[in-house]
Amino acid sequence: MITIQGKGVSAGVGVGPLYFYHRHDSVVPRYTVTDTDAEWHRFKGAQTGAVEQLGELAEKARAETGDEGAQLFEAHQMMVEDLDYEEAIEQRISGQHLNAEAAIADAGEQFAAMFEAMNDPYMQARAADVRDVSRRMLDILAGTRPDTFDPEGPVVLAAEDLAPSETIQMDKSKILGFITAGGSGSSHTAILARTLGIPAIVGAGSALKPEYAGREVILDGATGNIVIDPDDMTRDRLLKKREEQQRLQRLLQTLKGQPNTTKDGRSIRIYCNIASPEDVHAVQVNDGGGVGLFRSEFLYLYSADYPTEEQQFEAYKQVLSDMEGKEVIIRTMDIGADKQIDYFRLPEEKNPALGMRALRICLTRPELFRTQLRALYRASAFGRLGIMFPMVASVWEVREAKRLCEEVKRELKEEGVPYGEQVELGIMIETPAAVLLSDRLAKEVDFFSIGTNDLTQYTLACDRQNNNMGRFYDPHHPAVLRMIRLTAENAHKDGIWGGICGELAADLTLTETFLAMGIDELSVAPRAVLPLRNAVRMTDTRQSGPRILAALESEYDTV
Amino acid sequence: MKEFTYTIREAVGIHARPAGLLVKEVKKHASTVTIVKGDKSVNALKLMALMGMGIKCGDTVTVRVEGEDEEAAAPALEAFFSEHL
Repeated sequence: MITIQGKGVSAGVGVGPLYFYHRHDSVVPRYTVTDTDAEWHRFKGAQTGAVEQLGELAEKARAETGDEGAQLFEAHQMMVEDLDYEEAIEQRISGQHLNAEAAIADAGEQFAAMFEAMNDPYMQARAADVRDVSRRMLDILAGTRPDTFDPEGPVVLAAEDLAPSETIQMDKSKILGFITAGGSGSSHTAILARTLGIPAIVGAGSALKPEYAGREVILDGATGNIVIDPDDMTRDRLLKKREEQQRLQRLLQTLKGQPNTTKDGRSIRIYCNIASPEDVHAVQVNDGGGVGLFRSEFLYLYSADYPTEEQQFEAYKQVLSDMEGKEVIIRTMDIGADKQIDYFRLPEEKNPALGMRALRICLTRPELFRTQLRALYRASAFGRLGIMFPMVASVWEVREAKRLCEEVKRELKEEGVPYGEQVELGIMIETPAAVLLSDRLAKEVDFFSIGTNDLTQYTLACDRQNNNMGRFYDPHHPAVLRMIRLTAENAHKDGIWGGICGELAADLTLTETFLAMGIDELSVAPRAVLPLRNAVRMTDTRQSGPRILAALESEYDTV
Repeated sequence: MKEFTYTIREAVGIHARPAGLLVKEVKKHASTVTIVKGDKSVNALKLMALMGMGIKCGDTVTVRVEGEDEEAAAPALEAFFSEHL
């Protein structure tokens, strides 16, 4: 049994023989020509052929996946006929006397490089489109047809990478799953797999060896787990998982648009945790009620230098406008501890989790914080924004942060820049100090959101990065649960709302407990929304509530 | 010459598929259509250059329509933008 870890991009379990798809990446012939006119006509012939082939593919895609898939191939058709691309080829033929093949390959690389240099993952992925259309013309010139996918029965398809034109030509009824060595979550294979509901894993890397071809493989598109030659236990476990998933999926689809209300009529808000503007799509697909935690760190992590006010503004504005008036809570940068960034030049610390992180950095370097706050307030004109400060231990920290917010608002007003008047301010509750002071903190802010991962770490004095802590790191620990309850109670005493945005929020074994505590909002990964809604709708807090709370407050250890 | 400004609402901006739709629409008209973003401008018939502008959701672009059918083409393009982009 061989286990490989990749990145799951389309959920589901697939099992079958492994089939390797090889594209013959033949060497591009390269020579100089004297008759450049003849070479130009060879290119024009290949171009016409490619446009024809792509037209056929567009029709095939329209029948299989609808207009969206077809439009992609129509865009490919236009790339083949693109004026700049044609001009780049023409220059190489008539200027450099290159043969058509080399001219096409070089021009394709030139445009692929342009896309790869753009700082947008969607556009970077378009490099694959240009290479795909260039290869199509090279195949036509070489007289070869693209490799055929023709297995005897259904298979799990593995490849280095798959171009959209390759996947669309394949008979999907024979594909039980996709595994690629390269690729990303925004690659066409991933998008297509999700559209068709076929499990898919990308980024399996070199561990995926062609010599495994023909052997039995199980892939779990939810976890990114690939098992070759599974033993009986593993196969049974995963097949059972597949059955449960399929049953659950059917149930969950019926829950879209339904309220998160218990049998006894209590409602709770279910929001989503996201890490980049692209995740909004998943929020919408899974019917999330809002964004409960937008981690702004991605702006800092994927950048070589401090992101500018403008860059931040664009990202926040995009999420706010895409969410169409639903609430979006953006957490100010949570840098430090496990998220280190070179250009911040933070001094090395023996205990980063107890060191300069998050709000502490912001209050120490207010110029950085001010840039982020300006971007946030400017974006607030485009939707319903909440701002949340992480890593609070003292009341003065919150007051200082609020003072900076007021300054930024005053600046914007003087500059005549619009901002929303209804921006809610809240804090993460993730230190025992914040829990014990939650009665006072509730007078300072509009909401609390409990970060259970850090709260567990700080309450139990257990490093969450330390894999050896095992049973000592226990988010279900009664001390952690009592902290959550106390926070909710103190929030309600002052009429503000209290939610949970840590991993624990999606823990279905605790949903009843959170409902009993009166938690107002749970913010979870988009895919966890519908399972959580299902759990809420099955609960009757009249029955379970008093018992759960009594057990929690009991002086005897009953668990 | 006719001109209008538009703020992109398509979540992924003008990448391959939306750019393809735009080129297709522009081809229906005789006028030359130029898309301007900041100090960059591009002929809207050039798909790859258009994609290379990296126009994202929330960006405001100026669309310039110039030619014999500009009176009819400009409103048609404006309608196309608000429906698809």
